[in-house]
Amino acid sequence: MAEVLDRKMQTLPVPVKVVPAEKIEPNRLRTEEMVLNVGPQHPSTHGVLRLEAVLDGELVIDVVPFLGYLHRCFEKHSEAMTYPQVIPYVDRMDYLAPMNGELGYALAVERMMNIELPEKVEYIRVLFNELQRIASHLVAVGTFGMDAGAFTPFLYCFRDREDVLEIFEKTCGARLLYNYIWVGGLSHDLHPDVLGMCRAFVKKSRATHKEVNELLTFNKIFVERAANIGVLPADVAINGGASGPMLRGSGVKWDLRRNDPYSIYDRFEFDIPVGTGMMGTLGDCFDRHWVRMCEWEQSLNIIEQILEKFPQNDKTDVQKAVPKRIKPAAGEIYSRVETARGELGYYIVSKDDIKPWRVKVRSPAFVNLSLLPIISRGYLMADLIVILGSVDIVLGEVDR
Amino acid sequence: MFQDLNSFIVDLIGKGDLADILAVVVYAALPLVVILGYALVAILAEMKLSAWLQDRLGPMRTGPWGILQPLADILKLLQKEDTTPTDADKKLFNVAPFIVFIGSYLAFAALPFASIYAGARINTGIFYLIAVSGIVVVGILMAGWGSNNKYALLGSMRSVAQIISYEIPAGLAILSVVMIAGTMDMQTMCKLQQGGIQNWFIFGGPKSLAGFGGNYAWLLTPFMLVSFILYIVASLAETNRVPFDIPEAESELVAGYHTEYSAMKFALFFLAEYANMFAVSAIASVLFFGGWNSPFPGFLDAPWLGVIWFIGKAVTFVLIQIWIRWTLPRLRVDQLMHICWKVMIPFGMATVLVVGTIVTFLAH
Amino acid sequence: MTNTEIYDKLKSAFGEKIGEWHEQTGTEYMKRMSSYADVADSGYIRDVCLYLRDEPELGFDSLLLLSSLDNGDKTLSVTYHLESREKKQFIALKVTVPENNAVVPSVTDVWSHANWHEREAWDMMGIKFLGHPDMRRILLDEDWIGHPLRKEYKHPDFYRGMKVPY
Repeated sequence: MAEVLDRKMQTLPVPVKVVPAEKIEPNRLRTEEMVLNVGPQHPSTHGVLRLEAVLDGELVIDVVPFLGYLHRCFEKHSEAMTYPQVIPYVDRMDYLAPMNGELGYALAVERMMNIELPEKVEYIRVLFNELQRIASHLVAVGTFGMDAGAFTPFLYCFRDREDVLEIFEKTCGARLLYNYIWVGGLSHDLHPDVLGMCRAFVKKSRATHKEVNELLTFNKIFVERAANIGVLPADVAINGGASGPMLRGSGVKWDLRRNDPYSIYDRFEFDIPVGTGMMGTLGDCFDRHWVRMCEWEQSLNIIEQILEKFPQNDKTDVQKAVPKRIKPAAGEIYSRVETARGELGYYIVSKDDIKPWRVKVRSPAFVNLSLLPIISRGYLMADLIVILGSVDIVLGEVDR
Repeated sequence: MFQDLNSFIVDLIGKGDLADILAVVVYAALPLVVILGYALVAILAEMKLSAWLQDRLGPMRTGPWGILQPLADILKLLQKEDTTPTDADKKLFNVAPFIVFIGSYLAFAALPFASIYAGARINTGIFYLIAVSGIVVVGILMAGWGSNNKYALLGSMRSVAQIISYEIPAGLAILSVVMIAGTMDMQTMCKLQQGGIQNWFIFGGPKSLAGFGGNYAWLLTPFMLVSFILYIVASLAETNRVPFDIPEAESELVAGYHTEYSAMKFALFFLAEYANMFAVSAIASVLFFGGWNSPFPGFLDAPWLGVIWFIGKAVTFVLIQIWIRWTLPRLRVDQLMHICWKVMIPFGMATVLVVGTIVTFLAH
Repeated sequence: MTNTEIYDKLKSAFGEKIGEWHEQTGTEYMKRMSSYADVADSGYIRDVCLYLRDEPELGFDSLLLLSSLDNGDKTLSVTYHLESREKKQFIALKVTVPENNAVVPSVTDVWSHANWHEREAWDMMGIKFLGHPDMRRILLDEDWIGHPLRKEYKHPDFYRGMKVPY
């Protein structure tokens, strides 16, 4: 325990370096260190991820993630299907924020083909994107609380998420995997009730946001569990490719909706919350949690602005701009959007065919997870679970 | 009351050794009836309260509003297969649940349920209770070691460290009360708090106590409040409840010392935990809140109604424990130890010092 | 600086190690983000990346994506998309290697982001990265044979006794 107490005096846990392969031999048992397998099945709801933690008593010496348990060959599939047929597969990658993923893919293909979208379609897309971001953050915050032992905020968050899923169900019939945002438009028009449901949701969600803050975020026990744990310095984050709340939690003000605007995000005013180390060190788990809570609030602000500016009596067909045949010219594109987890990028190579030649996905959870070994060295076993919860991974996206 | 029971049995089957033994057995098994009845209610209360706190309904299908759910749970546990891990130490493994239950059950011998029923008349009641809560530790160690499972061992080690450490602040809190009461006998403590809510120890005790005279409630109440809070927090740790439930935490990878147990043995652990919760709540109610006394003299204070008051107060604290469990996150093991040794023990010692000074200088 | 200017700068610094400039002509966005410079000599990719990261005028501190590509004519490519956040510059690089000798220097020590992407490129496409600290498969099992994303990949019939074609 002395090391743990000493560590609190330092600003960085241990010098950061990439551990060479010889040092990581999880199958060879060493006498002074124990290898603990945090197996593919987890008590916490993160999906099928295997971590081999090399421990010295309770202290984590190294963590080696093993992926691939949910690998479903998205990239190989996408070479066998036409461009519109890829969209349901895109849904299933990040299944907690599929609207964001679909928007990224649709945007990539639209940028390749220079498709101009009607106003109404843009507004609906941004509205659903922000609702989806809130829904994803609700899961992240709820499960993060559960990892720390607080069972009740999880249910409050899911109660709010029910409302969002009902809105989606009213529009496109599905609660989780929508196939809604198509290349050049949407699959269904907006149901007349949806805007009213959104207004009611915004009001209710602000109250829940306040409640979860009081119950979880500013709870002394939770702060003790989450502050000064899993510190990620800003330069390591940028070099390591972190994005989303992981990057903003380390103090770097970088959000693609502001820095590389897409769709109609430049018409709305919203803040970009960053971590400030307010309860501990800059870049700890509490900062990432705080960034997610603030982003929830900012998304509610954006939704309110959308509801004000929405073109109410616009009767354009949402599928007006959908091309009959999606066949981009030969070339490549790298296109990116900001999802709830970070920067989702699509690298599409087309060879003038109705099927893509190559679709490569830069998934934010994959990249953020690669930083897990770096940020969890030197902390206790119980902290490892909390750190994993703060990275907010979705295995569908990590493994594709 | 034991005499009444004895003569009743002698009337039934005639004088002799059998009558004596039977009388003793029945008398000793009375708290068991209370525990079993209370466990049924407490399990349902936990499920329903947690559900209502989380904005859902809880069990609704078994019986109207789910009231038969505990019965369903008990039937399920009774008919499960009893497994033992292959390389487990059979003797330790099998005996452990019984020792844990016995440790919790022994505490009921000193609890005064009513003015006419006080279990065994132990005149060092509180001291006996603190001592007996250490037996549970042995049972937990046996369970963890005998399971042949490194996670169970880790969990049981943590639990043992936690229980032993938190006995000290609990003892210090109890010490302040004992100094005011002047006795360690639980039944006498309850008798001293007769006469109404102003005589309860949380407000400093009755006026006629140990020559206090006058009303020093204003002076003693804050310190008694501190003692009470210390005792409640320490008792949460003694019973392995959140925020101190590291040994049984599901999401901490280790499922605790009762991972490998199934069926009846698991039911015993479960029952022991609830019995423990009741016992510490009952002790809190006797020490600070008057035991079997009613808050208003003359209002429902017939001797047998004391049982209702006693159980009611204990159940209130049990409900508070359930409430806390579903509200707060859990503490990490080193934070738990930090709180015990660096926060609660200094506070406890300071309280003992202050209360002792007040009692010495005011007693005449 | 626009990316054509960056290409000129690279060309002047590295000479014939930098190949042609492929401008994406579809849309403005494509031109800005995905026009790429061929790095003709694949052994120098790491030096080019170091130069791009450390030159004060360029300052490409962020690797966006490292992806592998099967060109269909027995060559494989590795594409690097880079971004300079402060200066709002983008550039892409592409290295092409023959299929039967797919070896490229690793850029893990330039941006540690590349670590897992290179492992995936090895896993899926079979491109070996020299100097990578941990060259293992990442998504598939360690004893899988073959590299699935290649165009003429045929899955094995049996894997550990289980029939593979479903």
